[in-house]
Amino acid sequence: MKHCLWLLCLIALPSWAIIDGHKYPFEDPEDTARFEQLAEDLRCPKCQNQNLADSNAPVAADLRDKVYELMQEGKSDDEVVTYLVDRYGDFVRYKPPFRLDTLLLWGGPALLLLFGILLLALLRRQQAQPVAELSAEEKARLEALKSSLDEESK
Amino acid sequence: MNRLLLFIPLVIFALMGLVFWVGLGIEDKTSLPSPLIGKPFPEFELGVVEDGRTLTTKDLQGQPALVNVWATWCPTCKAEHAFLNELAEQGIRIIGINYKDDVMKARDWLKAYGNPYAYNLSDPQGKLGLELGVYGAPETFLIDSEGIIRGKHIGDLNPVVWESLGKQFGEMQ
Repeated sequence: MKHCLWLLCLIALPSWAIIDGHKYPFEDPEDTARFEQLAEDLRCPKCQNQNLADSNAPVAADLRDKVYELMQEGKSDDEVVTYLVDRYGDFVRYKPPFRLDTLLLWGGPALLLLFGILLLALLRRQQAQPVAELSAEEKARLEALKSSLDEESK
Repeated sequence: MNRLLLFIPLVIFALMGLVFWVGLGIEDKTSLPSPLIGKPFPEFELGVVEDGRTLTTKDLQGQPALVNVWATWCPTCKAEHAFLNELAEQGIRIIGINYKDDVMKARDWLKAYGNPYAYNLSDPQGKLGLELGVYGAPETFLIDSEGIIRGKHIGDLNPVVWESLGKQFGEMQ
């Protein structure tokens, strides 16, 4: 039983590995949540597929410190993001801004969807073309075939 | 009409191929564009590694220079150092930023490998580095005589890189 308890404690250990709460203390739990959200949304410039919260690169630690410092100064989320974008470029944002040069990025999926719908509609219309009417001769043949089938099934 | 429709997937494939080829292949993923190009060099007030005097942003102005961010813990900085020495011999003004480093170690390094820098600003906490958007040493900025950042290179300087960077530098004179 005692061993089990120890084991449980060990299992819980990795939860400490997430951003050290003692290093970035906030009085308001709302600010803690804001800080964590910012660290999630901002990207580490060095390790390109990690956010600030995940990365243990020195530059990510510096940027976390900076975010904390700016928040202590009473800066809003937008101001913090702008501060970093001014220095590191849009790259530090995981969510790119909506601008003329990012139009394709934001509009691309909608454009593709529209293209797909258009293509589908085009193909549908082709398939839906009415079948030509049977001539009298063909009708007679059809009837003959039908009746021969009936004969067989009897 | 029907026949032409058959080619649509091929066209889409070709377009996507082109987009990915450009997006994933040609572009250098390790060097990000700097938003600082065209902007004045950030304000600072830092000590000089060599003699401890304090300099500010104003001291950068006067003539074009390379501002090279380096540290003794950075192996690539060691690799580019010989080339920096060469550039300095050609009369190119290089200003160093000793980034997140120890002044003593920096002095030893300069003594051992030569000093191509007009002077080195000591940035032990990386504060100026953060202002400059530095995310890995070495990085080199081109600044003109008014102290405006005109270019940036991430990674080591070498003769190949210098072919284009040097041209840009020459045009600033």
